[in-house]
Amino acid sequence: MSDYDISDNEADYYDSDEMMEDYQNDDDQDEDDMEMDDYNDDFRISAGSKQKSYEVDYKSLSQSSVEKTMKEDVDHICGIFGVEPAIASLLLRHADWNKEPLIERYMENATKVLVDAGVAIPEPVAEPTPVRTHHSVDKLSTGSASRRSTRSSSKLLSSLTSPTRSSAQKSSFSSPSSSSSSISASKSRTKDKLSEEPEQKSFTCPICFDDSPSLKPLSLICGHPACSGCWNAYTVSKIRDEAEHCIRCMTEGCAIVAPDDFIHDILLSDAAAPPDSNPDDNQTAWVRFQELLVRSFVGANPKLKFCPYPGCTNTVSCPAAASKSVLTTMVPIVSCGAKGIPKDASAAAASSSSSSGVTTVTTTPPSSLYDKEHVFCFGCPIESDHRPVVCAVARLWLKKCEDDSETANWIKSNTKECSQCQSTIEKNGGCNHMTCKKCKYEFCWVCMGPWSEHGTAWYSCNRYDEKGGVEARDAQSRSRASLERYLHYYNRWANHEQSAKLSIELYAKTEKKMEDMQITSSLTWIEVQFMRKAVEVVERCRSTLKWTYAMAYYLAKGNEKDLFEDNQRDLEKAVEDLSELLESPIESENIPVLRQKVTDKTVYVQKRNEIVLEDTATGFQDGRWRWNVSVDGFEEPPEELMVN
Amino acid sequence: MSSISSRRLSKELMEIKNDGCPVGINLVQADDFSTWLFTLEVMGESLYKNEQFTLQFRFDEQYPISSPAVQFVVTDGRQAPIHPHVYSNGHICASILGNEWSPVLSVIAVCVTLQSMLASCKKKQRPVDNDRYVKHAPENPKKTRFHYDDDTV
Repeated sequence: MSDYDISDNEADYYDSDEMMEDYQNDDDQDEDDMEMDDYNDDFRISAGSKQKSYEVDYKSLSQSSVEKTMKEDVDHICGIFGVEPAIASLLLRHADWNKEPLIERYMENATKVLVDAGVAIPEPVAEPTPVRTHHSVDKLSTGSASRRSTRSSSKLLSSLTSPTRSSAQKSSFSSPSSSSSSISASKSRTKDKLSEEPEQKSFTCPICFDDSPSLKPLSLICGHPACSGCWNAYTVSKIRDEAEHCIRCMTEGCAIVAPDDFIHDILLSDAAAPPDSNPDDNQTAWVRFQELLVRSFVGANPKLKFCPYPGCTNTVSCPAAASKSVLTTMVPIVSCGAKGIPKDASAAAASSSSSSGVTTVTTTPPSSLYDKEHVFCFGCPIESDHRPVVCAVARLWLKKCEDDSETANWIKSNTKECSQCQSTIEKNGGCNHMTCKKCKYEFCWVCMGPWSEHGTAWYSCNRYDEKGGVEARDAQSRSRASLERYLHYYNRWANHEQSAKLSIELYAKTEKKMEDMQITSSLTWIEVQFMRKAVEVVERCRSTLKWTYAMAYYLAKGNEKDLFEDNQRDLEKAVEDLSELLESPIESENIPVLRQKVTDKTVYVQKRNEIVLEDTATGFQDGRWRWNVSVDGFEEPPEELMVN
Repeated sequence: MSSISSRRLSKELMEIKNDGCPVGINLVQADDFSTWLFTLEVMGESLYKNEQFTLQFRFDEQYPISSPAVQFVVTDGRQAPIHPHVYSNGHICASILGNEWSPVLSVIAVCVTLQSMLASCKKKQRPVDNDRYVKHAPENPKKTRFHYDDDTV
């Protein structure tokens, strides 16, 4: 059984119909299975075949499989509306891919939907400004008479048609294009294009004012012409600079949207793309355009999320975490299956375009742990595994760390509080004889005791045990309890983060050594892999530990918290032991012993990690955890549990 | 400079020289294809009667695909009009200079639009966030992301 099949007990946890609804179609399955298998080999060390309570069902989709789903939606709409796929696609994008409302509105008023989506020309009477519309050739000569004449009438002048000659108002395409998909969008009109062929003389592009005879006027169904060079520059700039997938006609006030085949041709086809445009730019823009479409589709569907890692174009489908309300009972950590981050964006674009069917972005050396898997949270913007703690609490903690930790650290290391009035004092010079500016209390900066006990020892304090000093320091620590409490958790959090980094560095060194050993000793590659596994496990467990401190900071006092911290302590102890083992020197003679020890410890650590994750996840499902602050989506804790 | 942008600007300039500017608009300087200056007056009855403003256009190589940077000149004793969409540093909040820019628009069309924006003004006042904006405004108004929320003026 594969990991993302829904097991029976899983169905009990997420029993809402809406959540279980699987939007994916079965024919995507084969491709995805393959991807997931790769993923399993790398990620799951103890191949647990059963779904854990802290794991969530999800599927990784490549850009092409999302495109397939998009196409199904488009075909569906084509079938119902009887329109061409290009039109259906524009309608769906306009409706944010919500099929049902689109169908409803279309049935009510098809023309309005078509006009709103920019695929049909609005009735000319409805236009407040004299927009030139060219429904037929006959109207052409009268249509363009508005040149600068309306300038003072309205602020949104659509005039400025200055250079266009009426004869140039051709919506059709001059050369009977050889390519199958003709560039002129006029094919969606019923009019044919060849009939307008002959009088194609002096076309001047209204954008660049070029009037060379070879110039081809191109236009969408609205008939506003421009030369291919301008269309190309405009399209590339819209896609590249504005990340816009909805490319409207260049004419001001015209809402007609360019269909995909038009964009394809203007960028890539030999017949239409301007010969002097940069083919690389065109190719990049087209790839980007495809990606933007997928992003718009994914963005509109709460069951899908685009992989947030730079240069990655995969999507994860996680229907179980589609609604916000489930985020209090689960932590939907997912992975798109890809690894590593490409060296630069262009490389990413190239690799994903050349192999659009393959998910993994191939990166350089295979064994390095720096090629981290693309793990992220489906439910919130945190781009890492924040299990066991739920999104709302994790965000609360990150925000607090961002806001407070530097300040808190500074206050802690640079200030003390007056033992009488608790004012926070920074000593910036002078001797140890302090006089509080506020309450005039005189005390010793070193021992915090009253100055009266110091007599004439002006510059030194050796009276640590003096009663007054001890009391003053006690009072001080009480008043700083909340600061201390925060720093307790923060320092441990930061420590695990740091240690995880260090262990990876250590591994990089160790790996080198082990490679050497493979050459000098009889050990095989497979036999020295225990180190790699151990480091991976340590890293993963440190991530768990890190977040348990965030969780513990917000957990309300009580038995539940005590149990949680017991589990945390056991895991921490085990992880530190394993870390220490990894630090021990590697000599070829002690390798078998070390290997045994490390492997045993690794298994144990994994067990402990699983216990923490499992127990916490079950706790969330049972609603067992109580917080000491108010947390989004959870019940407000009672007053006595609150911590300021 | 790219050929499209210079060709387009030279044609626009030719049109202006042949046909003249619309009433109230005068070309002051167009020595190159990077910066042009116009004077702008609002004709007829308006709040800006007998006032003259100087409008500066700056073009990049992407013109006309990308919009020109347009602002009122506020140096050498010249003032920006007091208008709810014009900041005291000369920057203008107008959709056609930002996301509603269309390559079909021209320099003259922009002038005319701004002229009519002034003409239809009901009350002379600075934008509400003028001080805050001017303090942090980038040199080039195109770098500002305006919110176009008011269609009435």
